[in-house]
Amino acid sequence: METFRREYPAGAPVSGRSHVGVVGSGDLEVLLEPADDQRVQVTVQTSVDGFEAVWGRVLDRFFANFAGAARIEIRDCGATPGTVRLRLEQAVAELRSAAR
Amino acid sequence: MNKPFEADALVVDFLQRRSFIESRARERAREVLDAGSFRELLGPFDRLGSPWLARQGIVAQSDDGVVLARGTIDGEAALVIAIEGAFQGGSIGEVSGAKIAGALERACFDCERGRTIRPVLILDTGGVRLQEANLGLAAIAEIHAALLALRQHVPVVGVVSGMVGCFGGMSLTAALCSWLIVTRQARIGLSGPEVIEQEAGIAELDASDRSLAWSLMGGEQRAATGMADELVDDDSAQIGMAIRQAFASGARAQPRSADIDRYWIRLATIDPERMPEPAALRRLWSRT
Repeated sequence: METFRREYPAGAPVSGRSHVGVVGSGDLEVLLEPADDQRVQVTVQTSVDGFEAVWGRVLDRFFANFAGAARIEIRDCGATPGTVRLRLEQAVAELRSAAR
Repeated sequence: MNKPFEADALVVDFLQRRSFIESRARERAREVLDAGSFRELLGPFDRLGSPWLARQGIVAQSDDGVVLARGTIDGEAALVIAIEGAFQGGSIGEVSGAKIAGALERACFDCERGRTIRPVLILDTGGVRLQEANLGLAAIAEIHAALLALRQHVPVVGVVSGMVGCFGGMSLTAALCSWLIVTRQARIGLSGPEVIEQEAGIAELDASDRSLAWSLMGGEQRAATGMADELVDDDSAQIGMAIRQAFASGARAQPRSADIDRYWIRLATIDPERMPEPAALRRLWSRT
């Protein structure tokens, strides 16, 4: 098991919190909450060792287009990069549907 | 002129179903409650994960795999406890077990003070979480004590839909429910097929023979032998309706597990040296 963090600059806090996914085989859990320090702070805990660089690339790409300040907790059970991206998008989509 | 294909109605019916098995615990809880009434207690953001798993190199889930929800069922106050089978096989650890036991105890407290609540247990679990050993076992004992106290006030309705099924100590939880709803895909047993093969040998049970495993402990067999009360399709609407009917009819006057004489008689019909085939068991036990 490995744990690591990443940070990205951001603007105003996200509008609320959202939770998607389960810590089940090939899946992951994402908890997204607003933060008021103009940053996105991502904590990743993963069951698979040795893929920090791949995680970095997936997260860098996703947060290049994401402006809301947030604290994000990822608990992973061997998800592929595609599934990680999907769950992040789902977490953001949940925020939007809750705001409506 | 094209004659409509006979199976059309079946196909339409199948396509309109919403699979309960494919839904996760939170969705399941939401679906059995009246629309819009779901309110989660001790959810993911309360971060009540297991304190033991990370020390053993296992990623914990923020709700420890148990969803507690309040809401209404047919307008009456309800409590739904749903176990997430996808996280560690729905296993019961210290925290997940305490969530279930605490919720049942609270429901009992409310019932004792005249605030009736409809409890529903959605079970999808392999039993105790081996990584938490005695703490999980102790929690399961607390769950059973709370369930026995609660079912004196109100029927406790259980649902086992699969695909994990309901095994180990938690199979006793299923057996203690006042009314138990199962699907064909569900399996209920104290030991699962793999455990039986491992402990007693492949001659006792070949766990890779799925049809054999299901013929012994599958939902259809459990319903046909009176170990479950109702067999339904894997459809959220059907399961929701079965739960509503169970509460509306008051379930059964005497819970299955309190009907001790009946099971003594049943056991007496079996020769342990020559265990009956699943079909023979149905015939044997349909008479008692």
